[in-house]
Order: sequence, then C-alpha cells, then structure tokens
Amino acid sequence: MPAMSTDQSGAAARAATGGEPAARELARVAPLGHLERLEAESIHILREVVAGCERPVMLYSAGKDSAVMLHLAVKAFYPAVPPFPLLHVDTTWKFRAMYEFRDRRARELGMQLLVHVNADGLRAGVNPFTHGSQLYTDVMKTEALRQALDKYGFDAAFGGARRDEEKSRAKERIFSFRSAGHRWDPRQQRPELWALYNTRKRPGESLRVFPLSNWTELDVWLYIWREEIPIVPLYFAAERPVVERGGALIVVDDERMPLEPTERPAPRRVRFRTLGCYPLTAAIESEADTLSAIIRETLLSRSSERCGRVIDHDAAASMERKKREGYF
Amino acid sequence: MERPAELAARDPAEYLRAQEQKGLLRFITCGSVDDGKSTLIGRLLYEARLILDDQLAALELDSKRVGTRGGELDFALLVDGLAAEREQGITIDVAYRFFETERRKFIVADTPGHEQYTRNMVTGASTADLAVILVDARKGVLTQTRRHSVLVQLLGISRVVLAINKMDLVAYSRTTFEAILADYRTFASGIGLADVTPVPLSAVHGDNIISRGPNMPWYQGPTLIEHLERVAVRTDDAGAALRMPVQWVNRPNADFRGFAGQIVSGTVRPGDRVRVLPSGREARVARVVTAGGDLEAATAGQSVTLTLDAELDVARGDLIAAADSPPQVADQFEATIVWLHDEPMLQGRAYLMKAGARTVSATVSPLKHKINVNTLEHTAAERLELNDIGVCELELDRSIPFEPYRENRALGGFILIDRLTNNTVGAGLIHFALRRSQNLHWQAVDVDKQTRSRQKGQRACVLWLTGLSGAGKSTIANLVEKRLTASGRHTYLLDGDNVRHGLNKDLGFTAQDRVENIRRVAEVSKLMLDAGLIVLVSFISPFRSERRMARALFAPGEFFEVFIDTPLAEAERRDVKGLYRKARRGEIKNFTGIDSPYEPPESPEIHIETMRLDPDAAAERIVARLMALKVTGPA
Repeated sequence: MPAMSTDQSGAAARAATGGEPAARELARVAPLGHLERLEAESIHILREVVAGCERPVMLYSAGKDSAVMLHLAVKAFYPAVPPFPLLHVDTTWKFRAMYEFRDRRARELGMQLLVHVNADGLRAGVNPFTHGSQLYTDVMKTEALRQALDKYGFDAAFGGARRDEEKSRAKERIFSFRSAGHRWDPRQQRPELWALYNTRKRPGESLRVFPLSNWTELDVWLYIWREEIPIVPLYFAAERPVVERGGALIVVDDERMPLEPTERPAPRRVRFRTLGCYPLTAAIESEADTLSAIIRETLLSRSSERCGRVIDHDAAASMERKKREGYF
Repeated sequence: MERPAELAARDPAEYLRAQEQKGLLRFITCGSVDDGKSTLIGRLLYEARLILDDQLAALELDSKRVGTRGGELDFALLVDGLAAEREQGITIDVAYRFFETERRKFIVADTPGHEQYTRNMVTGASTADLAVILVDARKGVLTQTRRHSVLVQLLGISRVVLAINKMDLVAYSRTTFEAILADYRTFASGIGLADVTPVPLSAVHGDNIISRGPNMPWYQGPTLIEHLERVAVRTDDAGAALRMPVQWVNRPNADFRGFAGQIVSGTVRPGDRVRVLPSGREARVARVVTAGGDLEAATAGQSVTLTLDAELDVARGDLIAAADSPPQVADQFEATIVWLHDEPMLQGRAYLMKAGARTVSATVSPLKHKINVNTLEHTAAERLELNDIGVCELELDRSIPFEPYRENRALGGFILIDRLTNNTVGAGLIHFALRRSQNLHWQAVDVDKQTRSRQKGQRACVLWLTGLSGAGKSTIANLVEKRLTASGRHTYLLDGDNVRHGLNKDLGFTAQDRVENIRRVAEVSKLMLDAGLIVLVSFISPFRSERRMARALFAPGEFFEVFIDTPLAEAERRDVKGLYRKARRGEIKNFTGIDSPYEPPESPEIHIETMRLDPDAAAERIVARLMALKVTGPA
C-alpha cells in the first residue's frame, strides 16, 4: 500500500473554491485566521530558538504533531533548510510504517536524521511486555533521550507536545528550562511574558521548547488538511491484525509480540489517533480513511486523545513524574 | 442547522472558513486564593460539555480520592494538574485550557491567587485580552483582588469581568452583590479600569455561568459565557505603521539575504520604503518571502522574511519600520517594573533587558517610587522586593527603538534577566524616553587614552583589590603604589574609607548603597584610567555582580581583580579598626562577613593569601605580575 499523504476529498474541495494553493490566501490584507495565527506564533518560537541557542535539535517521532512541527520549521527558515538536525529517540518498538516514513521525510527535506537507541537497555532486552510499561518507558525513552542530548551536546530540543493533551503539559511553559541533568522543576518555572522568551542558560543546562503549545488536536488536523502535510498511513482506517488486551485494541505489527495461547490476531478496521510504541498504543475502530472523515471523528469524539496511550495511566500524575525526570 | 462535524466531513473548506472567522478570546481568571478560580473554569468546561468521558471518569475518581468537596465533583482538579497543587488544594502555576462554543474560541489561563505566585499570574495576564476577577461574596474585595486589578490594568487589559462568586453562601443576596460592586468600582476607577462587567455567580452550583438558574431573578445582565462570547476582542494593528523586529538573518547562500521576523504592527508590501533602527539607514522592500510563494502584502501577526533592495547591515535585534513614521530611539527610559524574583532589585545593578529580539544591559538609576497596591500611594524605595511594583528610570548601554507600552505591547514590554543565574527576574513597561537621553551626546576628543598613557610611558590599568574588612587591602595597595611611583609610574589610589569621606559621604551600608558606592568608584577609576593612570582601588566590594559591572566598564586587559584573601576568623582577630567587635555587639549593621555576605571572586587575576605572604611580599608579587604582563612597561 502506498504511503498515503494527501486526502482526495480535501484536494477536491480546494479545487472547487478556486484552486489557489492554500498559502496564497495569506496575500490578502485581512485579519489573520485562527490557523494563520497559530502558524505565525510557532514560526516565531522556532526562529527564537535558532537565534538564541547554540545547538538546537528537533525531536522527531514521525507522528502527526511531529509532521506539523517539521512543516512549520520548513516554513520558518525557507529558503534555507532548517538549521538543525532531527533526532529520533528509537525504542525499537515503533510501527514499521513509522520507520519507513521517518527515513523518507528526512531524505525528501535534505535534513540530517540522528537515531538514538539506548544500547544498554537493548542489551538488557528491556521491552514493554516483560518489564512493564513504566520501566520500559524510563529506560528506552526518558533515559535514551537524556543520553542522546548529552552525547551530541544539544542545548535546546523542540518537542511537538501540546498543552491540550494532558494536565501537567497544560502547566508547562513554551520554553521549558531544564537544569543540568535534564530535570524539570514545575515549582520554579521561569516567568514567560508576552512573546519574550528567555533562552539564556549556563553550560549543561538546556531548554525543551514546544512550538505547538497552543494548538489543539483539531487544529493539528485542520492544518494538516489545509497544508496537505504528509502523514504516516496508520492514521487512516484500514484492516489491520488486532488482538484485544484489557479492552485496548493492539495491532500486531511484527512477530516479536508474544501472544497468549488464546489470542489470535484478527483483521479489524482500525486507525490510530495517537502513535507511540505499537505494544503500548491502542487503535480505535473507525471507518475514517480520509482527512475530512478524521476531522469529523475528532469533532464527535467523547474520549480524549491520549486515552490510547497506555503509559499515561501507569500512576496518578505519571506524566509529571516522567517530565521531572527528563521525559518530554 | 447542520452539525459542525457533518459540515467538516462534507465540505472541509467551508467548515475551516467558518472556524477561521470565529475569533479568539484569550482571558485569565484571577483574584484571591480560594475565590474559586479553578472551580469556575472546571464548571465552565463541564456545563459546556467540553469534558470528555474518560476525563470525567478520572475526575470522579480524583474527587473521591483527593477532592475537597466530600466526594462531589471537585472541578478544580480538572485544571490543577501538578501533584503539589492537588496535594495542597491550591493553584501554583498558570494552566492553559482551550475550548470553543458556537460563536467563539477561547484560551483561558487559570492563574494562582497566592501572592507568592504572582509571577505566574503575570505570565498568564501578559497575553490576555480580558480578565475575570473573582471575589468571594462572603469576603468582598481583598488585597489580592486589588493587586491583581492593578496588574491587569498595568498590563493593558482594559476589559474586566467582576465575578462575584459563592453567591449561594450569602443566600443569593442582591444587597451583598451591590455593596461589593460599589466597593470595587471605587477602587477600579482609581486605577483607570473603566470597563467592568459584574456577574453574580456560584461556580460550585453553576448559577449564571452558562445558564441563569432560578436563584437570582433580580440579576438581568448576561451570564458569564454570554458576555465572553459577545465582548469585543482586540484586533491586530494592521492599520498602524509597520514594525517588524528582526529575529534572524536568513543567508542560505551568497545570493539571498532575508530578514525573518513577526510583524507586530502595520502592513508591508514590496516597494515600501523602510528604515532600519537603530542605524537609521533606509531601503525599499524587495520581496516578502514565504515558503508558499512571495506575498503581495503581509500584515500584523504574520511571520515572514523580507529582502531589501539595498545592501544594508541588518542584524538580529534591529527593527524594520515604515520610513515615514519610524519609532523613537533612546537609551534612557521611565518604566514600570514588576519584580518577579526572591532576590530584590537593587538600584545601580546591571541587568540584561530583552525587548523585542534585542538584549541589552540596563541599570536602574534611580528607583522613583513603589506603588502600594492597597492604597495606590507612592512610597519612596531603594529596592523592589518580590511582587513589588515600582516606577524607575532605566539606563541602557545601547540605544533601542521603542514605543510606549500603551501604544504597542510588543515594542514597549521587556523582561529583565539576572546576569549570573539567567533567571527572568522582572517585567517592565516603557512609559517614555527621558529627555536627557535625546539631548546628551558623547563629545569626541582628539587626545585619547592611548595618547595619554604613552606620554606617561605606561599602559593604564585598574588594580581592583577586594576582600574583607581588615584583610590588608589598604596596607598592600599603599605598598604597591609606593613601589610603582618609585619606578617612575603614574598612579592614583582610591581607598574605600577615604572616598566615603567625600564623593560617597551620602551613602550608607545597605545593599543598595553598597552597589551605588561601587558604581561611582568604578566610574571614577574609569576616568582616571582614561587619563592614563595606573589606578589602585581598595574596596571591600563584597558582591560579585558589582565587581562584574566594574569590569564591564573596561577593555580586556585593563582590569585586574586582586583578591586579598584573609579568612574571616583572622581578619576578626586582627580587627585593626575595632569594627568587628562593634559589629558583633550589634552596634554596626550590615557589616560584611557578620550580617552581610562577602562573595569571594571565582577567578581573580591575582590571588593573595595573607596567611602565607606578609604585606611586603604581597606587594612584590603584585608588581611582579604587572611586569610580567608588560602593564608597567612602555605601551
């Protein structure tokens, strides 16, 4: 199956309204629309980091938020190529389609892609099945991220997190200061006034920067539609081999997943609202195979986006704990 | 009517158009602690059916576990997202929530009520267009209500909703409501907040939030959400003159040189004549570049890249402005400062100031007054403590283009950053440039410092001796000067005690007076260095930041920090002037080493340990170092 990147119904709708490329609409001197405002704010943030930090990097997970953030970076620095590398902290348990998509996008954009795996964790065979999601996430994501940032000496890292995702994210600054050792202290966040971001820090200290802080899930989908941003096909409904575990639909992406004697992967029509490691990301039953159908589903949904992330439910305030320890 | 989801599926373009036209209102909830800010937002989201099923399930669970409402839904838990907040039942930092109704999109910042966390309230308020100020109907207008109102007014939020909450606890009394409103209006008009809309409500029960409910038939005004949906929103200043701070210079290759930034006011088109500030050079806009193609026009709010038709030197921090109406450029201002850090702001100390994309050095000189948020009185002050609001004069090391905050938030707002810790310590609002800044120019002179030094056969420099009282600074400085003079050098010794008899006799020993003391001495030694002299400065100078400020006045290779290192116990044992004894008896306040700190140099050019060297040997060592560095030889 080809990696679907554009939505036929979206393109058709645009053709019917005059066929203008979306960005051309900016030429009019009219008040900015909501997405234009969000875009301009994000671009401002991206540029502020590049101008104020010595060695920035963009965390790239191949998910939809990463896709939007990368697209904004291309716009922010055009005609230059974004002046920083992409970094994928690879747990080795992502969907195959994400790896293919990741490599292709970096190649298409001519950007350097760094991939970091926690070699110690890999040697020890740390995996989400036998070690539990909490230990696995600590070792293969949080620890791996800290290793990668230290290894390359990055002093600022862009992440695609949004404030509407989760309660502790809603409390975080756009420029989130981390002490040496990558720790976040939610009680000592720097004041952040207007659009004046303080990028100063001492050696060893760093910033996590979230250009999509003020975007919602719906904004992300509308922007993907408007800008025709390529996304990994897992977001579109298709028949996939699924087992049901604790009420969650888990897509069996490769032969490494240990199955219970009673479990038989069965084909079901599903898609993903959010993408992480395949054993920890629940799919939803859906018929939405176009962007407009996804937007409709997002509008009608009565559950939150991160509902499908197993790691968020580990313990109360688990996201805050992970963030304090250096997770994104 | 067709539901939005169905419209989105059938015609995404039409749906998007409707969404884009909705308009966005950014508002904050503020007021004193326990007035029910977080509960109000939680209730608002709940009534508008914006809390999703899994979130509601989690809320029900949380309310039973850590709730403060006896197992009933505790809406504050929806926004108080930090573990420490949930444990203590208070809001520590600002939370941002996003929601929309059929008419409008909203970003609400729930800000903390504790005075301790005012910096987080200011963070939320700086980007808001409207403030919902809550008051507990049982308590009426409190100090924090007034403090937040003053901050709201300062930050230029002109629209206020006075939400008189917990009406259920005063039997929905109209009299109570009107008494509080009258009280608040008196205060609000005193600070210039004219646009106040009062709403009586009960966040816990939901009265007058989305629907009216039966409890207050006497109230005829809008519900909270009705008002938020209808109130006029601030629009971008597309009609004003062009202003775009340059954030980043884009040079992918030799043929392209673009200036990237977000337009803060006005509109720009190719062919427009622009002036680059502070240099004042002019050119025409050649292209308005975006990844989606060049634009015919770009307007306030947009992030673009401009190219010019002439090769001008433009750097990050410069401002591109309409040539026919450029803003002023100045290096001295009057400004209001809100202090956001535990370490107080001191007059005379240099801070980094970030305004637009530019970072400069700024010194407070002087602090004119502090504002008492309760009485609005102006009181004299020499420092600003955490959460203080004051009006001061600021002196910058370079000129910057600016506009008063009232006219342009982006060009009139700034932050102050501590040089040592890099913390954001203050927020400021420019009022106007000081006249002396515009009329005072540097007088160029033909005979310069090099000429004067050469004439004396030496290289001018400053030896800055720092150390505890009684460490031996003056003794050693005196010996060094004698040796230098004997070998034909031209010197001058500035001694702490002596200068305090004359130039600095108006200064005491508080932290801010010590800062001013050092500032004056540093400036005097700079003049003497300019005259070609080798200047010896013998001052306790206990704070690192002031020694750094002194060093910053000089060129590399001119300033030598000499640490006269004597342990406190030894200095106190010697106690040549009997001062330690007096300080220990409490007869002298703010005595360095006793009840005022000494911050030792981290990397002094010369380090003298007096426990190992007697004064003669110390002087010898210092002179030898100067010889080795060829400072005392002919220039």
